[in-house]
Amino acid sequence: MAEPIISFKDYGFQYLAQASPTLYHINLDIYPGEKVLIAVASGSGKSTIGSCINGLIPYAYPGESTGKLLVGGKDPARESIFNLSQIVGTVLQDTDGQFIGLTVGEDIAFALENDCVPQKEMKKTVQEVARLVDIDHHLEYAPHELSGGQKQRVSLAGVMVEQVQALLFDEPLANLDPAAGRATIELIDRIQERTGAAVIIIEHRLEDVLWRRVDRIVLMDEGRIVADLPTKEFLTGEMLVDHGIREPLYLTALRYAGVPMAEELEPQHVDSLRLSAENKEQVRAWFRENEPSRKAEAERQEILRVENLSFGYTPEVQNLQKVNFSIREGEMVSIVGKNGAGKSTLAKLICGFEKPTAGRICLAGRDISGDTIKERAQRIGYVMQNPNQMISKPLIWDEVEMALLGGSMSAEERKERVEETLKICGLYPFRKWPVSALSFGQKKRVTIAGILVQRPQMIILDEPTAGQDYHHYTEIMEFLKALNAQGFTIVMITHDMHLMLEYTPRAIVFSEGELLADTTAAHVLNDPDLVDRANLKETSLYTLSMACGVEDPQEFTKRFIAYEEAHRKRQEG
Amino acid sequence: MARVAILNYIKRPSLVHELTGTTKLIFFIAWSVASMITFDTRILVCMLVIGAVIFRLSRIRIKDISVVLGLAAVFLLLNNIFIYLFTPEYGVELYESRTLLFAGVGRYAVTAQQLFYHLNITLKVICVVPVALLFIACTDPSEFAASLARIGVSYRAGYAVSLALRYIPDVQREYTNISQAQQARGIDLSGKDKLFTRLKNSVAILLPLVMSSLNRIETVSNAMELRGFGKEKKRTWYTARGLKRNDWLTIGFAAAILAIDLMVTFWDGSRYYNPFL
Repeated sequence: MAEPIISFKDYGFQYLAQASPTLYHINLDIYPGEKVLIAVASGSGKSTIGSCINGLIPYAYPGESTGKLLVGGKDPARESIFNLSQIVGTVLQDTDGQFIGLTVGEDIAFALENDCVPQKEMKKTVQEVARLVDIDHHLEYAPHELSGGQKQRVSLAGVMVEQVQALLFDEPLANLDPAAGRATIELIDRIQERTGAAVIIIEHRLEDVLWRRVDRIVLMDEGRIVADLPTKEFLTGEMLVDHGIREPLYLTALRYAGVPMAEELEPQHVDSLRLSAENKEQVRAWFRENEPSRKAEAERQEILRVENLSFGYTPEVQNLQKVNFSIREGEMVSIVGKNGAGKSTLAKLICGFEKPTAGRICLAGRDISGDTIKERAQRIGYVMQNPNQMISKPLIWDEVEMALLGGSMSAEERKERVEETLKICGLYPFRKWPVSALSFGQKKRVTIAGILVQRPQMIILDEPTAGQDYHHYTEIMEFLKALNAQGFTIVMITHDMHLMLEYTPRAIVFSEGELLADTTAAHVLNDPDLVDRANLKETSLYTLSMACGVEDPQEFTKRFIAYEEAHRKRQEG
Repeated sequence: MARVAILNYIKRPSLVHELTGTTKLIFFIAWSVASMITFDTRILVCMLVIGAVIFRLSRIRIKDISVVLGLAAVFLLLNNIFIYLFTPEYGVELYESRTLLFAGVGRYAVTAQQLFYHLNITLKVICVVPVALLFIACTDPSEFAASLARIGVSYRAGYAVSLALRYIPDVQREYTNISQAQQARGIDLSGKDKLFTRLKNSVAILLPLVMSSLNRIETVSNAMELRGFGKEKKRTWYTARGLKRNDWLTIGFAAAILAIDLMVTFWDGSRYYNPFL
């Protein structure tokens, strides 16, 4: 057997500033030409294992390591990061942040420039690699002229100019809309076939990565490897459920239907499933049995109404065109659509950061077009994507209290309000803590508390879970769900389809500045035409129900979600 | 969307843009030296006219760089005020004559010589500042780094400067986003509050801005290291261009300006053109 390109032997790592290790007893061999998915359930091991492989540890992040690690037969601690970069090419998660050059061509050439490759040869290599990732017609483009998926292609090309033996992808799907994510997975597959490099993908969106062949899945939890198995074998087990990672939806559905998991089922892809007639009948039977009890939804009051709203940053381009919709009190709604579809612009208009060119926005029946940002903020809260963009006080208490200081409340009233808010957000025990001592998910809570303290009728969150590992993702979403249960109206801008399906009954879909659909989340992902136009991706539940001959795929998805929620409640209770 | 661009590269088709970064850098250095050395009003006026022509050729509009121009004007004014406050008779000393215009208060008289001295100071600044701004606005940041490297500056330093220039628009956009979100939390930045409160409030924006900029720096420096930045003593440049005819003409022109400047200035052994004697 060939030598492994990456080999961890009882490896452990502890960051300089931390009290306990982040990685424990890692044993992992990755061979040339393999495609390995590393799923990290929780803990900060996600970026750590990647940094060990590409040499950022110990080069940029010093710490103490134990055991042995070899990359391309070399010890990263002794090699310079530059030598390692010729063995392992890394595509980071942040598609904007890693764009160094000012144009596509220049960015791809960056590594060659550092190698002192003559200009003529450099241009030739850039051209070749750009063709490989299908970006060769955009060499003159600046980063802001590219979509998220295109930027990622550029990053990939930028590491491929080095003829690396292994490609490392850190959450390649995090910043992409579903269709672009799918294209990325296809591209990675093509590249691997072409170059034969080992591919390591760190990602917790399993189903999306499994869109193309994966040889092996490694599951990590709390800094340890808990499973390292060939894909088929891995998926037949219950490791994912046990460690709180979302398994592919079609597998969960099969499990609910009582179909026994086996490797012969070919569980790695919804299209490869080999279901017997009996299995199919099991799925249909489950569908029939689980007719949900239809609760009559109480007619709720309308809280926000958007009428004929249009807007453009410049007169030539319309970022939003004649948008109409309304939100009712106590709803939890997703706003979805591809990058640049106008989702964030809509939020800015609602909060009053930008003025619409036409149309109006009503809050509880009153036109708020004339209200200032501050006046609107009393009733509509806006939470930015990254908590670091909002936190401006060193102490949690001060941060949460900030929005009240300009108002007319007495000190006593303020104290009461802040305490109450901290309790709602589960932050009361930490009230005296500095913000810096909190985890990312907790910081997010602090920013949400800082908004809730004004008691808005509605909060809008921009990509609430972007860049989070599955543990923090669940933590944030369950928190939002609890808030919603307490009566807060919640609107989320997202391109995470699982989030939409699991947490929001209703979805508003945007494309090219137009409202395409305003319907149930289940419907959105079961309508192939809509899926196509909004750059989304249909759910595997749709594919599964079609394959099993269920007459109403949309209803199948709905029943699945209802069953899942009841199932979760049963487990908790 | 940042509406107010403070100072960044503005891509437009023009003769000035077409010159290589190296040419522009050499021209800019020669030009600055020339205007720093001389106090000869005739030369300064000539340079002012040439500067105006170059500005026209560059297709950069005044409003593109109005913010920095405004700042420069404020500093120029302050500079003039302080010179007058500390040395109201410096012109008299310099030009060895005294033409009194107003008697003024105490030592603060107004003399033609002092005014002429102030005129020269002002002319010098007006000569240099627009050309400096033009240099930044017309030079592709990556070429900027390449041109610094070419004249011998370490490419690491050059790249740092060019990255900083490049991120100005991003940081401006981030600033707008953060300030909007903070205004929604009751931070008032409009003119209504007192100056002290406003200063205190601006910290509420600056802290998150610094934090997110630090994050950005961490990401980009990791990305750069992972792709071998700093490996060798030298590096090559994808965007580097060879000098063309216009480049050589421009460099020649810059040399001529500097030569004439030095000649005229030192011909009579004085940096000052004195119309009073």
